[in-house]
Order: sequence, then structure tokens, then C-alpha cells
Amino acid sequence: MNLINTFFNIDVLIDSLPQLLWGLVVTLQIGITSIICGLAGGLLLAVSRLYAPRVIKLLIHGYVDIFRSIPLLVLLIVVYYALPFVGILLSPFLSAVTALSLVSAAYSAEIFRAGIEAIPRGQFEASSALGLSNKHTMIDVILPQAIRIVIPPLTNNCINVLKDTALASVVAMPDLLKQATQAQALAANPTPLIGAAIIYVLLLWPMVATVARLEKHYSRGRS
Amino acid sequence: MSQPGQTFISIRNLNKSYGTFQVLHGIDLDIDEGEVVCVIGPSGSGKSTLIRCVNHLEAFASKSVISVDGIRVEPGDALAKVRAEVGMVFQSFNLFPHMTVLKNVMLAPMRVRKTDRVEAERKARELLVRVGISEQAEKYPGQLSGGQQQRVAIARALAMEPRVLLFDEPTSSLDPEMVGEVLDVMRKLAGTGVTMVIVTHEMGFARQVADRVIFMDSGRLVEAGTPSEIFDTPKEERTRSFLRAVLNH
Repeated sequence: MNLINTFFNIDVLIDSLPQLLWGLVVTLQIGITSIICGLAGGLLLAVSRLYAPRVIKLLIHGYVDIFRSIPLLVLLIVVYYALPFVGILLSPFLSAVTALSLVSAAYSAEIFRAGIEAIPRGQFEASSALGLSNKHTMIDVILPQAIRIVIPPLTNNCINVLKDTALASVVAMPDLLKQATQAQALAANPTPLIGAAIIYVLLLWPMVATVARLEKHYSRGRS
Repeated sequence: MSQPGQTFISIRNLNKSYGTFQVLHGIDLDIDEGEVVCVIGPSGSGKSTLIRCVNHLEAFASKSVISVDGIRVEPGDALAKVRAEVGMVFQSFNLFPHMTVLKNVMLAPMRVRKTDRVEAERKARELLVRVGISEQAEKYPGQLSGGQQQRVAIARALAMEPRVLLFDEPTSSLDPEMVGEVLDVMRKLAGTGVTMVIVTHEMGFARQVADRVIFMDSGRLVEAGTPSEIFDTPKEERTRSFLRAVLNH
């Protein structure tokens, strides 16, 4: 009984629910913005790496490696607490979106690159032989096939971005986790934290299940 | 613009190496407008590499010169012009698997020639009739047999109204019973006056259709002549032994 009152206190949960839902909205705003920026950035990096001059290729290679090595929490703190010293002052929202997008772009770039490399050389050759420009080869021939292949890993990456939005609470962003910790302090009861955890699971479980289904679907044979 | 009977493709001192391995040794070759040339020779003799150099799918030594209709084949803006004039049919078809047959044929005219959709579709359907697969227009390449796919690939190349068609062993990956339908289409094409360069192992077809047959071995152009010169009275011992091997089995 005591345990239920401590962790699943219905009154506390109902009181804190509006606050948690506002937190969810903020979490989704950060997550969706970062996912879009990360995907667009990753695609741009992957395609540039294919056609750009050697120097740019090396720079992109370096970018991808560095941003896959740096812990997201460290990057976020650098963006929020260190950049102001050189005059770059980003709001908590922009700091979170910037850090998440930079890292997500690096991972997405690798995923897109793997997808593009999986397309047989004959597809590039047939496009060239027809006189298609690099741009049209990518847009009409290669990417529609490559993106289909990488939908499962890309979705996985989106799940990671959504989960990592919780780190934004360290830069005082009122996201789901931050709202939950505040509600917990206010009510002197950890039920809001449990509520937040449940909301995260409810949000991400369907996506996780979708990835599993997609992976099964794609491995069942593409002809 | 060149006239029938004038040199259309000119190849001078074509050299090509993969690392230290030289695949083409100083090939000189002129192909006239409207000519049908068959290139024969053992595997690894450089036949495919030779025609893949014509539209620069393979880069070649910088001192070598290839020109098509007077335009030099080299990386840069002129290459798009060359490729628009030079169609290619591959051994492995290389159709775009995510597009219907119709879209496969329509794509290049719309993107490269800026043909509008209605006109591109009309033209594509006409070409599909010509290669005998008009009923398959809405299907995807994966739903077709190899022979049908290769005929779509020919229609796709023709849609750009090229003045030269390069065929890179177009029947080599087909089941035997489908070879005939593809050769029939090519035979009809040969009668239309389009320049054709065909790498093939189909000796009967070469003899019947070619204006000129070229025999290659070890990256060298060994002998060239009319089909009867090459098949009936070959001058080089290497040609004779190759033909003995492929014709007597």
C-alpha cells in the first residue's frame, strides 16, 4: 500500500498530468525539429561526400567521425555553456536542437551512404549512359531505391533522437523529463517521474515495433 | 553533322590500364554513320571495355582520343552531349527497378531532352510496341522475363533517339530461349540506319547483320573485315583458332 502511494499515487499523477503533457509537447517539438534537420543534413552530407572535391570529402569524413565520437551530453553542454564565451548565445531550445541535429546528421549521413553504396553500379552506369545529370541520377534513380533500403536504420536513428531529447533538461529546457522532476519536487513524490517514464514508453514503443516489422519485411526478400 | 558513310566514331591510339594491367593496347578504329559493327573475341579481350570507353563509362589514357560526331569524348560539359547521342544496352539490363516499364522509357527524354510528359509517354508507348512489349507498360522490371527486360532496355535507349547504339553482350545473361526475341529486335534496328556497335558471342547473328566484324584478343584489335572475310577467310592465326573453338562445338 505504501509502495503504491509512493510510486503510483493517482492524485499526484492527476495533478501533474497537465504539466507532463506540456513537457511532452516540448519534447516532441525538440525531437521533430532535430529529426528533420538531422535527416536533411545527413542526406546533404552523404550526397556531397559522393560528388564533392577531395578536400570537402575529407572534411565531411572528419565531421561524421567527430560527431559520432562526442557524447551528446558533452556536446549539449559545450553548445549551451561554452559557446556564449565566443558570443554565440543560443536559447535552450536552439541549443538542444543544434546538438541533437549535429549528431543525428552524422549518423544519418553514414546510413544514407550505406544505402547509396548498396545500389548496384549498373544503376549509375545506366543513368550516365542515358545522359542524366548527377542531380537527376540521384533524385530519380539512386535515392528512391537507397532510401527504401535504409528506412529501418533511419527510423532507429529517429527513435534515438527522440530519446536523447531528455538530455535537454540539463539546459533548463522544460521538456517531459524536466517537467517531471519539477512536479516531483513540488509534490514531494516520485509518481510524476514514473508517469514521464510511461509516456516515453507509450510514445516510442510503437516506433520500436514498427522498426522490427520493417526489418522483418525487408529481410524477407527484395526482388 | 556527318552523312551516312562518313566517319562517325573515331578512336585513335586507345590505351587503357587497370593499375599495371593494360587492357587496351593502342586501338585505332573508325566507325561510319549507319554502320553495324560486331566486336567478337574471347572473354577478357577488352571488347566490352572498348565500347564502354566510347561513352566514357570507362576513363582511358589521356593521350588517347575518341570523338563521336566530331565531339571529343572527355570529362566535362561535352560529355553530356555525347551521351545524349550514344545509347547503350547492358548485359545485365540495368533497368530502374522502382519504376514501371513505361517510366523507365520516359525518364531520360523528360530529364535530358526536356520533352513534356504527354509527348514522352506517346513516344514511349510507340517504342514499346516496336520492341513487342506494349502490354507490359505498367509492370515493373522485376515482373518481366530477361528477354522482355532487355527489350525494355533497348526501348529505353531508343527513347533518346540516339545516333549510335552500343550493345554490351546484350544476350549473354539470357536464357537460351529468349536470345532470339532480343536478336530479332536488334536485327530490325540494324535495318533502320542507326549506327550500331555490338559486342557479342552470337556468331551467326554477327555474320548475318554486321557490315564489319572486328576480332579482338588480349586488348588488341587483331583483324577487321566484312563478315565473310572474318568468318570464311580469316588472315590471322589467332582469329582462326578462336573461330574454330567457338564454331565447332
